[in-house]
Amino acid sequence: MIRRSLLGAAVAVCAAVLVLPAFAQSKIKVAAIYTVPVEQQWVSRIHKALNAAKDRGEIEYVFSEKVANADYERVMREYAEKGNTFIVGESFAVEAAARKVAKQYPKVSFLMGSSGKPQAPNFSVFDNYIQEPAYLSGMIAGGMTKSNKIGMVGGYPIPEVNRLMHAFMAGAKETNPKVEFYVTFIGSWFDPPKAKEAALAQIAKGADVMYAERFGVSDAAKEKGILAIGNVINTQKDYPDTVVASALWNMEPTIDTALKAVKAGSFKAEDYGHYSMMKHKGSELAPLGTFDAKVPTDIKKKVADKQAAILGGKFTVKVNDTEPKSTAK
Amino acid sequence: MNELLSLLVDSSFWVAVLRIATPLIFGTLGVLLCERAGVLNLGIEGIMVAGAFIGWLTVHSGAGLWGGVLAAAFVGGLLGALHALLVVRLPLSQHVAGLGITLFATSLSYFAYRVLFPKVDSPPKIEAFSEMSWLPIPVLAEQTPLTLLAVLLVPAIWYVLYRTPLGLALRAVGESPHAVEAQGIDVVRLRSGPVIAGSALMGVAGSFLTLAAFNSFFFNMVNGRGWICVALVVFASWRPGKALIGALLFAFFDAAQLRLQQAGGGLLPYQLYLMLPYVLSIVALVLVARKAAYPQALMKPYVKGTR
Repeated sequence: MIRRSLLGAAVAVCAAVLVLPAFAQSKIKVAAIYTVPVEQQWVSRIHKALNAAKDRGEIEYVFSEKVANADYERVMREYAEKGNTFIVGESFAVEAAARKVAKQYPKVSFLMGSSGKPQAPNFSVFDNYIQEPAYLSGMIAGGMTKSNKIGMVGGYPIPEVNRLMHAFMAGAKETNPKVEFYVTFIGSWFDPPKAKEAALAQIAKGADVMYAERFGVSDAAKEKGILAIGNVINTQKDYPDTVVASALWNMEPTIDTALKAVKAGSFKAEDYGHYSMMKHKGSELAPLGTFDAKVPTDIKKKVADKQAAILGGKFTVKVNDTEPKSTAK
Repeated sequence: MNELLSLLVDSSFWVAVLRIATPLIFGTLGVLLCERAGVLNLGIEGIMVAGAFIGWLTVHSGAGLWGGVLAAAFVGGLLGALHALLVVRLPLSQHVAGLGITLFATSLSYFAYRVLFPKVDSPPKIEAFSEMSWLPIPVLAEQTPLTLLAVLLVPAIWYVLYRTPLGLALRAVGESPHAVEAQGIDVVRLRSGPVIAGSALMGVAGSFLTLAAFNSFFFNMVNGRGWICVALVVFASWRPGKALIGALLFAFFDAAQLRLQQAGGGLLPYQLYLMLPYVLSIVALVLVARKAAYPQALMKPYVKGTR
């Protein structure tokens, strides 16, 4: 009896092994092409969402990181030729080339980070429209500053950075009309020592809350014993006494919606931007965590009310893509 | 203008100047040693990446901070030995070999990093060098020991170059390898040594970024600092003292631009400020380097027995 059931189990296992490849073939083959390493905050969110889909067994996932703009078109073609049916990436610096490739592979679905419009039939766009939690994190920053000076260090003033900085500044102004801002751009996405220098310079001038757009800023804040507000990712576990709040970007709603469309064969050229908004859980204000008791109650209440207003559609955070300027001397 | 004056009396500004200058001092001294021996080393950018990576990796895997610095120096020296093999022993083009080393060392570091750390969302951190608060010298007390080492290296290298027989031979091999050969000294060895030592310094320059200025390794974090050193050594007319001044001058403008960007509510585009250290370095280079005398045999390969 036991022997027979063992035999049965063995047969079942063999059958499963034989059937598995067939299952695997029904998975969507996804390729992602990033221009920066996957540690970069922005790209890490896409990578995370795709890895989650892979772990759920929905997709086969391959990616290339740190692809130079000059190589981008070639890598896109390679992945399209290799039979990937869904290609995710960022086409900010390679719009013309990426759109040309998409046209030549009409059966492949493309979802690209882009400031531009979708292109029929198969080129969809997304972007980090997380200005809502950025606004809320600004409200907290306005309530936490004592010197009324907030420092902001950014890489380059591109729309993806500017709109968050403006939303953050507007939020801070709401809770604290006296607040002023220092703005520095370091002209690099990946130079933490320089971002740290820029932050230290602002702290020396009196900033006591830092908007940490780049790696390095929170380190300066920690070293000097002041506060920081995170952006895109939650770094509070690394800086428990420094990072008060963070505006988080969740790529899962965008990726999952697109995957569903690809699977159903209904993928069209669309703007997926709104899946990054709070309504779709594409962005959120990170839990205050270690700072839960340290943020004043009236500020917490104002933030909660504003969040309800945003979710209820009563308040819209303005999207302003112009370059932010310093207001403090 | 007031903005600038208030900077000059702010001690945190001078602290920043010295901190920004430190990797440049190491790097420039490294280039200086190589070029004094007649070898251009464009591998510096890659050697700095390798130094930054290996230094950090060593500390991350449990060794002490100075162990990290030594490992960075060792790997720098190793890459220097490769460069010396290519351009001194087999006299290949110094430009091509140097750029090749930069590409090789950069890519290898990135590759090794990704293989060792395939899944990280935020890069692993180490406990970096802390400030030397025990030192009773104002600005220096807020620096890490590596900065002190960089500053002390300047007179040390000056002494070796100008006050020892080894230094004399080293300078001679960069001016006229034939004369050195006539003295019965092995040119290949005499040129390889400084290239290895200089490259070790470049490795240390890189390790400063991950062990003192910051506490984790990032792709692209060297960000052109190596190329600055190649220019600074021309500004310095191949003299250690002037190399220190050049590095400090560049750091001065860089620290100043970070503080001036906010002036007048961002009246001028920030790009102008970012350009400032580079533009002013070019101006300084033009003014100073016109009188600079290159080591006469710089970039001239030496093959024994040829004329």
